[in-house]
Amino acid sequence: MDVLKRIPVREQDPEVRSHNFSEVCLGYNMEEAMEEASRCLKCKNAKCITGCPVSIDIPEFIKEVEAGNIESASKVIGQYSALPAVCGRVCPQESQCEERCIRGIKGEPVSIGKLERFVADWSRENHIKPEIPSVKNGKKVAVIGSGPAGLTCAGDLAKMGYEVTIFEALHEPGGVLVYGIPEFRLPKDTVVKTEIENVKALGVKIETNVVIGKSTTIDELMEEEGFDAVFVGSGAGLPKFMGIPGENANGVFSANEYLTRSNLMKAFDESYDTPIAAGKKVAVVGGGNVAMDAARTALRLGAEVYIVYRRSEEELPARVEEVHHAKEEGIIFKLLTNPKEILVDENGWVKGMICVEMELGEPDASGRRRPVEKSDSEFELEVDTVIMSLGTSPNPLISSTTRGLDINKYRCIIANEENGQTTKEGVFAGGDAVTGAATVILAMGAGKAAAKGIDEYLKNK
Amino acid sequence: MNQIIKKQILNPTVTLMEIDAPMIAKKAEPGQFIILRVDENGERIPLTIADYNREKGTVTIIFQIVGASTEALNHLNTGDYIQDFAGPLGKATETEGLKKVAVVGGGVGCAIAYPVAKKLHEQGCEVHSIVGFRNKDLVILEEEFKNASSKLVLMTDDGSYGEKGLVTDALKALIEDGNQYDTVITIGPLIMMKFVCSLTKTYGVKTIASMNPIMIDGTGMCGGCRLSVGGKTKFACVDGPDFEGFEIDFDEAIARSSIYKPFELKAHETLCNLYKMEVK
Repeated sequence: MDVLKRIPVREQDPEVRSHNFSEVCLGYNMEEAMEEASRCLKCKNAKCITGCPVSIDIPEFIKEVEAGNIESASKVIGQYSALPAVCGRVCPQESQCEERCIRGIKGEPVSIGKLERFVADWSRENHIKPEIPSVKNGKKVAVIGSGPAGLTCAGDLAKMGYEVTIFEALHEPGGVLVYGIPEFRLPKDTVVKTEIENVKALGVKIETNVVIGKSTTIDELMEEEGFDAVFVGSGAGLPKFMGIPGENANGVFSANEYLTRSNLMKAFDESYDTPIAAGKKVAVVGGGNVAMDAARTALRLGAEVYIVYRRSEEELPARVEEVHHAKEEGIIFKLLTNPKEILVDENGWVKGMICVEMELGEPDASGRRRPVEKSDSEFELEVDTVIMSLGTSPNPLISSTTRGLDINKYRCIIANEENGQTTKEGVFAGGDAVTGAATVILAMGAGKAAAKGIDEYLKNK
Repeated sequence: MNQIIKKQILNPTVTLMEIDAPMIAKKAEPGQFIILRVDENGERIPLTIADYNREKGTVTIIFQIVGASTEALNHLNTGDYIQDFAGPLGKATETEGLKKVAVVGGGVGCAIAYPVAKKLHEQGCEVHSIVGFRNKDLVILEEEFKNASSKLVLMTDDGSYGEKGLVTDALKALIEDGNQYDTVITIGPLIMMKFVCSLTKTYGVKTIASMNPIMIDGTGMCGGCRLSVGGKTKFACVDGPDFEGFEIDFDEAIARSSIYKPFELKAHETLCNLYKMEVK
């Protein structure tokens, strides 16, 4: 074994997987995991821990994996993370824990994410359940939204003895884990469901189909329903559109709509009722993880797919692994390209998209080189479907119906980074609702910090 | 899960259901809607709240059987449960300060127009209701409208009941008669609302249309329900469903409503065959 190289992870063949919705990455088996774990140098001042937003004691759990004590490894991770099977799969480890791994200086970093995933999957398969808290403190906390931030906050609070109720607007808990990230990256019935069951096993109640701001309000929860504190983890679910001509034509979707139909409503499966106008030639506009997810979903629904992105490959915000997978599967990248207009046929359907070529100019205030249009470079891309994946912003439904809850100019809830405290007493917030669209693990980190903040607040009250 | 407390067949294609939903009943206002999912494999469909009883904790929906999901819903009976029932969603119809209003409903849209007429009537507004149906067999809520209006004009396309003609004919006659309305509120098929708006525009009477685009989540996270209003993109589920009628791009809305037509037809056919097999 070459210690400079990672133990490769088994994956489905691109030819095969581009026609199915099963998970692409198959993960390590016990032998592979133990071997990869042996590459870890078990640093005393482990840098990897500082790269993890929830500060998992990485060398400690890897030590247990190396020895084959997976249940112990699972206990170590459980002290820090409520959703290891999810994070092991969807975290951008290359810019977090693995980026700081000492092994990475002269070779490849330890596959921390894949090891975390192995531990979580093994625990699920072997029915290892989280320890149920025995002491209750009689205080009630409401959690708004059941995405990664809400689930983490609720799980941590339950462990501290609080009586926690999560309110979810959709019919299924999980937030972006169920409606956003596709099956082929994050299996729903096994991985996501089990992680949610684990949170429920801690005594957390989940009420679905409750739209806070409509069905009831935060003020009512606190004044009438007896909740001592509230955590808002409602995410950033409001899709952006470009405002170009033709954008409301039939065949133009937000990535949120396309992915919700496919993931949450299972439109890809014929035994479910929700339809999806999948398209034969699809352009996905944008370069983030959501754009990759939408593109790879469209591909699996039988389309030829283009990613249309206005900057170059280097600036693609998506995870390197996802871009790599997308390319392997045959997604065509139209980089330095920007749409100008969507062409519509006489029945109101998309028939093409006018694009323009871009080049990168001077860096802007954020340090990113600004894309500028090349003159006379307009061309027509023949497509029948366009998926807009330009990012999302927080839904104003909650902030506009809660007295004294302030938002900034991006409509994000203003909250203290350390403890999640908002401008309203007793109300805490975290995740995309505060930061705008970010990552699953950052949302979990915020949920964790807020759980601590809520505990301190209620103890001193 | 929400239980069906009462089921009533209003006409061969329209059914009323009273659903146990205390949380929604507490908050519901005319013009708002709910999203429901009939069963585990079901799709999410929006239906307007036709009535509510805050004391009993119930919400009434009235739906037309137009496809697979409404067909499946209609197969449920009193005592059965609906898998998911969320709301109230959307903004309530603005009724404050209105003194004289024409409420124009078409077909099953009358079920949505009724609570609006009722609320206006209760707050002392003079309500002229104009309701239109294809024929006598399809007439619904006649008594209810009578009680909620100072004037009721019932139209049928074929003249088999009430007056013969379209709702726009009746509205035109009332306006020509000198009735000055603060607002016309119209709820019904897109094509009907489009013609109501083009009529009232010629008279300069403010008109509100209740839109019914395709929806999924109903909470503003997907934009499936978007439409152009005054040249801007709006999400009907959170910005509406009511919009200023003259500003709406009805042709675009009509085109968008047809996105899933082929799927809908196929789903309906499959389900009907399934039910036929059950009967055998």
